[in-house]
Amino acid sequence: MKYSSACAFAILAAALGLLGCGKEQTSSSELVVKIGSVAPLTGPQAHLGKDNDNGARLAIDEVNATGVTIGGKKVKFELISEDDQADPKTATIVAQKLVDQKVNAVIGHLNSGATIPASKIYHDAGVVQISPSATAIPYTQQGFKNAFRVMTNDEQQGKVLGEFAVKQMAAKKIAIIDDRTAYGQGLADQFEKAAKAGGAEILAREYTTDRATDFLAILTTIKGRQPDLVFYGGMDAQAGPMVKQMRSLGLNAKFLGGDGTQSKEFIKIAGADAEGVTASTPGLPMEKMPGGSEFLKKFESKYGKIQIYAPYAYDAAMTLVEAMKKADSVEPAKYLPVLAQIQRNGVTGPIAFDAKGDVKGGAVTLYQVKGGNWVPLQTMGQEAPPAADAQPAADGKSPLSAGY
Amino acid sequence: MDIFLQQIINGVVLGSIYALVALGYTMVYGILGLINFAHGEVVMIGAMVALAVINALSGTALPGPVIVLLGLLVAMPTCMALGYGIERIAYRPLRHAPRLAALITAIGVSIVLQNSAMIIWGRQYITFPPLLPIKPHFIAGAAISDLQIFIVLLAAVIMVGLLFLVHRTRLGRAMRATAQNAEVAGLMGVNINTIISITFVVGSALAAVAGVMVSGYYGLAHYYMGFSLGLKAFTAAVLGGIGNLGGAMLGGLLLGLIESLGAGYIGSLTGGFLGSNYQDVFAFFVLILVLVFRPSGLLGERIAERT
Repeated sequence: MKYSSACAFAILAAALGLLGCGKEQTSSSELVVKIGSVAPLTGPQAHLGKDNDNGARLAIDEVNATGVTIGGKKVKFELISEDDQADPKTATIVAQKLVDQKVNAVIGHLNSGATIPASKIYHDAGVVQISPSATAIPYTQQGFKNAFRVMTNDEQQGKVLGEFAVKQMAAKKIAIIDDRTAYGQGLADQFEKAAKAGGAEILAREYTTDRATDFLAILTTIKGRQPDLVFYGGMDAQAGPMVKQMRSLGLNAKFLGGDGTQSKEFIKIAGADAEGVTASTPGLPMEKMPGGSEFLKKFESKYGKIQIYAPYAYDAAMTLVEAMKKADSVEPAKYLPVLAQIQRNGVTGPIAFDAKGDVKGGAVTLYQVKGGNWVPLQTMGQEAPPAADAQPAADGKSPLSAGY
Repeated sequence: MDIFLQQIINGVVLGSIYALVALGYTMVYGILGLINFAHGEVVMIGAMVALAVINALSGTALPGPVIVLLGLLVAMPTCMALGYGIERIAYRPLRHAPRLAALITAIGVSIVLQNSAMIIWGRQYITFPPLLPIKPHFIAGAAISDLQIFIVLLAAVIMVGLLFLVHRTRLGRAMRATAQNAEVAGLMGVNINTIISITFVVGSALAAVAGVMVSGYYGLAHYYMGFSLGLKAFTAAVLGGIGNLGGAMLGGLLLGLIESLGAGYIGSLTGGFLGSNYQDVFAFFVLILVLVFRPSGLLGERIAERT
């Protein structure tokens, strides 16, 4: 037993060392503002989670490097990253943990299924929350004044996808699969509604989970119904193997997905079978985003390839900081009204929120894999800039012009 | 009919994959009475190490199966060393501790391995280059590839090989003696520590084979893949009777078939009341039923005899 107790001492010593380092040293003139960043950093969606976290971190690092003064004090922003494992239960635990740590605001979570239960905790604690990527409709329908998102919700995306499937892809017989998460199910429901309205027939509605890797059983059932298009509401980690398994079964229907599918990782996983797959992401294509190319350069030099949502996480963080600067306060009670009225040019486009906390403007871009890359096909939906709603900006300046 | 045949093929292949992993669980359990929860992670490490070699070689002129074999030849010793290390560091000091302590240690080892793999190989999915014969043959409308046939055969061959090892060799006799009564076996001149180490080393070599097969079949590996795979394989081992090699094979095949047929037909059988989202519920319902009527699993008499 000698060496096991030696081990225990080593672990204890290491833990104490970590605790020692964790203690902050702050001078009285400097104000430390804690901002939480939550995404799945472990588990099957860890690659997407790290992408979001890096997006937020890039923004916070930039702000800290330039130096910000709020309320006469120099402010240092501190990003606290938490891992919700894309799991609703873990999401509420880390949300409570962040609230207990007295964070000022939260950027997150990534998944709608995690964002919605966590938002109740932030709401009750008066913490401001901006999700970069939760698109399920119910998130902003709970009447929470502190909940925002910078990505268009699934009502619009599902509608665009449904119309695109019926009109442009000429699908008549459609099979739908979803992963039973708030996001996947919600998107699939909206898609189904729009596709039915467009006159398509829904042959099958099958289900999987956000941890599965084998889809042969449901795909075989779908093959028996002979659809000409398969729609998947879920993430890339499932969509990739799903497309491969479809082709291995000899099921040659077209494949269509939402923003969870439209990642670099999807193409990597599906390999040659990714070719011709279509998927949508709310917002504009990267190269058409006002600050897209510049952001791409900054991000890739530091963290490597972007998956999907990093620019949105960056915008969420920048919007928060902007609101605090404008309100000249880091108190949620003071900067929240400013945030609700904010008008700014983000990397992803103009950012302004409606009364529910949804980002204004409803552009959705469809992409197709061609030659191993996502190529934008077309941008659908109204590209309504904040100006269209003619709401006066909080600072009295004219609303932003409508470039995109 | 072709759809039904396809579902059977899906189920048998999935079941063989479960069986490949379940054999490793059941072998360690049979000798030590320890549920080695880290086994799923050893499978993952096997896949990761093999893929590192395979991806490095995939540009060369070597034929695909040879590259995969080379990957396996590197992964196997790595996993064997890992299995030896796990037993030496995590389980041996606890051999006389209550069973619960060993079980918790096993879970701890699994978390350590998972996070180490995340640090080494990152959070990204690692793809398996298309080296293996996955072009489907169509038999009566149902698709099956050479790789799928190979996986089913491999699981069967490994099961037979293990049965031979345990029941027909000197080493196997020592293993069975250790399982029955370690102290007495020690008095009879069996080096118990060596036997248990060998058990872990063989189990880990199997894990490497399973890891390469699973990542080749699904075309990807991820640091998280061992967790759910391990859980399903453990379920299969329990279903068949944990500790029984034939039971692991039977349990794996059965679980694969139940999942596949359940997901395929539960919707139409219940008139759309239950959908394919109930596929896991269905599989675990069968497990509960089996355990209610046969608590030691389908082929699990041997454990009952021994204790």
